[in-house]
Amino acid sequence: MGSTLAGWLQALALVGALALCYRPLGDYIAKLLTTSKHLRVERGIYKVIGVDGDADQRWPVYLRSVLAFSAVSVLFLYGLIRLQGHLLLSLGVPQMDGHQAWNTAISFVANTNWQSYAGESAMGHLVQMAGLAVQNFVSAAVGIAVVAALIRGFTRNRTDRVGNFWVDLTRISLRLLLPISIVFALVLAASGVIQNFHGFHEVTTLSGEVQKIPGGPVASQEVIKLLGTNGGGFFNANSAHPFENPNGFSNLVEIFLLLVIPFALPRTFGRMVGDNRQGYAIVAVMGLFWVASTALLTFAESQHSGSALQAAGAAMEGKEQRFGIAASSLFAASTTLTSTGAVNSFHDSFTPFGGGLTVFNMMLGEIAPGGTGSGLYGMLVLAIVAVFVAGLMVGRTPEYLGKKLGGREMKFASLYILTTPTIVLVGTGVAMALPGERAGMLNSGAHGFSEVLYAFTSAANNNGSAFGGITVNTDWYDTALGLAMIFGRLLPIVFVLALAGSLAQQQPVPATPGTLPTHKPLFVGLLSGVILIVVGLTYFPALALGPIAEGLTS
Amino acid sequence: MSKPLPTAVRTHFTALRALLVLTVILGVAYPLLVTGISQVAFNEKANGSIVKSDGKEIGSSLLGQNYNLPKKNPDDPKEEAKPDPKWFQPRPAANGYAGDNSGAGNLGPNSEDLLKAVNDRRAAVAEFDGVDPASVPADALTASGSSLDPDISPAYAKEQVNRVAKERGLAVEKVAELVDKYTESRSAGFLGNEVVNVVLLNKALSEQK
Repeated sequence: MGSTLAGWLQALALVGALALCYRPLGDYIAKLLTTSKHLRVERGIYKVIGVDGDADQRWPVYLRSVLAFSAVSVLFLYGLIRLQGHLLLSLGVPQMDGHQAWNTAISFVANTNWQSYAGESAMGHLVQMAGLAVQNFVSAAVGIAVVAALIRGFTRNRTDRVGNFWVDLTRISLRLLLPISIVFALVLAASGVIQNFHGFHEVTTLSGEVQKIPGGPVASQEVIKLLGTNGGGFFNANSAHPFENPNGFSNLVEIFLLLVIPFALPRTFGRMVGDNRQGYAIVAVMGLFWVASTALLTFAESQHSGSALQAAGAAMEGKEQRFGIAASSLFAASTTLTSTGAVNSFHDSFTPFGGGLTVFNMMLGEIAPGGTGSGLYGMLVLAIVAVFVAGLMVGRTPEYLGKKLGGREMKFASLYILTTPTIVLVGTGVAMALPGERAGMLNSGAHGFSEVLYAFTSAANNNGSAFGGITVNTDWYDTALGLAMIFGRLLPIVFVLALAGSLAQQQPVPATPGTLPTHKPLFVGLLSGVILIVVGLTYFPALALGPIAEGLTS
Repeated sequence: MSKPLPTAVRTHFTALRALLVLTVILGVAYPLLVTGISQVAFNEKANGSIVKSDGKEIGSSLLGQNYNLPKKNPDDPKEEAKPDPKWFQPRPAANGYAGDNSGAGNLGPNSEDLLKAVNDRRAAVAEFDGVDPASVPADALTASGSSLDPDISPAYAKEQVNRVAKERGLAVEKVAELVDKYTESRSAGFLGNEVVNVVLLNKALSEQK
């Protein structure tokens, strides 16, 4: 079988698997977010943490719970990392300095998993599993909880209650993420991902050298790294490391895991608002961007433009032989379109346009399909903007799913959309203005600028992948990118929950012949156009200085 | 009498308790469960797919290795290692197949350094294997993503057959047969890429009489 045909079949198999999961998984999530029944273990947990599982919260209380949970998580993880030398299974790794530990703690709590450290030499097993992997679970659950509150804003009327954060967090962790993780951790372990508590184990190779074989509970962490669209590798090489991703099969499983929840959530949305067609329209927009981006990226990589790649005859620099061009491109598009940021090949060495597409994918705001929960709430905010734009065209007050989009709603939506680009562009601008920070670039010229632009885009959008050549383990980058991650995560959540509260208070308006149908192809086109215009106008100048300039000159 | 704590403080205590409970379930019980099952059901894979030869552990079938000649002065960090012609050679690796230091070189597509490295490798590999420089495949010229890639392309393996056979005094057909035997097709026929696992191939080679 030729590489091209195999590449197509692989993408088709992935799409088929995702399509099969869309309805059952989406319905399952809708049910767990709406049922009034608690499991016995959940009741026990509510008792321990001291909350009433049947009492819903007003949006400011829901928000305060999210913020408190994030703050406590950052402090706990920071402490765990700093104290790991005194804990079990630390493997004798050196003490991490304060800036880097702070950056890492924020990074995992913000569902970003930006890593300025190398996993195998900086983290012991206990911090990996009880610190980092726990945040992989709960930061994903927080994203889904926030989108659940937003959807309740559409489904509830004349109330100030948007749900109970502690109930959402517990149910999503225990009923959704944990069971899928157990099953797929075993699937990955069966295909060769390691799962043990060994430290480094020395062997003497056939040519007489000593090689250190790493150990660790990798499979259990690998699965939630992807399922929760986190992306923080157990090892520095992330999913390119053979112990994280040993073959073509495990690779497809990993891509499937990072897409499955974000692509199923539109079904949850459709089901909860009582009109599955609304879910189909949203997933159509997500799918459209994913297919286009994957196809373009694969094409760019197969052309291997760039002087060094032309000389090599294929864009294999930074890619693993067992994956090749097609499986590496499929992974790269999927990981940057979700907020995952795991990599099975290194984007810094991609072709100029291929690498540029990975940046562009993140600039879309991680909405196609985006991170767990955060992808859907980002898309729904853009849908609100699209409905508003359509309303302006015909001169009537816009409404979406029976809720009027007035000044208050549009203020929150606009603030949401402005937050991330502001962080990205200001951060990149400041870094480029400082000579010391410019010196962190590995490559020079337009490609070096792309490294900095990529770093801030990745941090503010909570992606976590990198053009890895850049040296970011400096106090300045650890601090600046830490701030980009935490504001890029929490400010949008503030605006989304405020929006949820504002929508929930409204009395629904009945649909009239003048109402814009939001389940038809026309709306799919309109929403796609709005996304492209918003992103294009915001980021085009920065993209022109980086990847576009490099692509046109090579 | 103690006053009730302010709401903001109470919320943080709730958050801390929630985090601790979830840490016990997701951060301790879950990995222990998965480790327990994996150690029983997939013992060999869960422990790193270790390969043995003559009863001695020689590496992992998933992690590539260097096959270099011993250095003249092992203490000289500047002395460049030379590939040993008796072995099939793996791909270039930015971090030289160190098991505790995975990662890529991250040179850009137009990097002068990468261009020079590719051209130098093309000349060196062609001379080493005694082939036309134009025929050297891309995986022999580019560094992998992990620096631990255990695989090469079937084309690069075939290119090395004559050299290895000559150095070892084995029949070319015999070595070519081994390469065919260790050529792995795509997983399930269509996932990923065709590869030859250098660790397993060299192990088989070392066991030839």
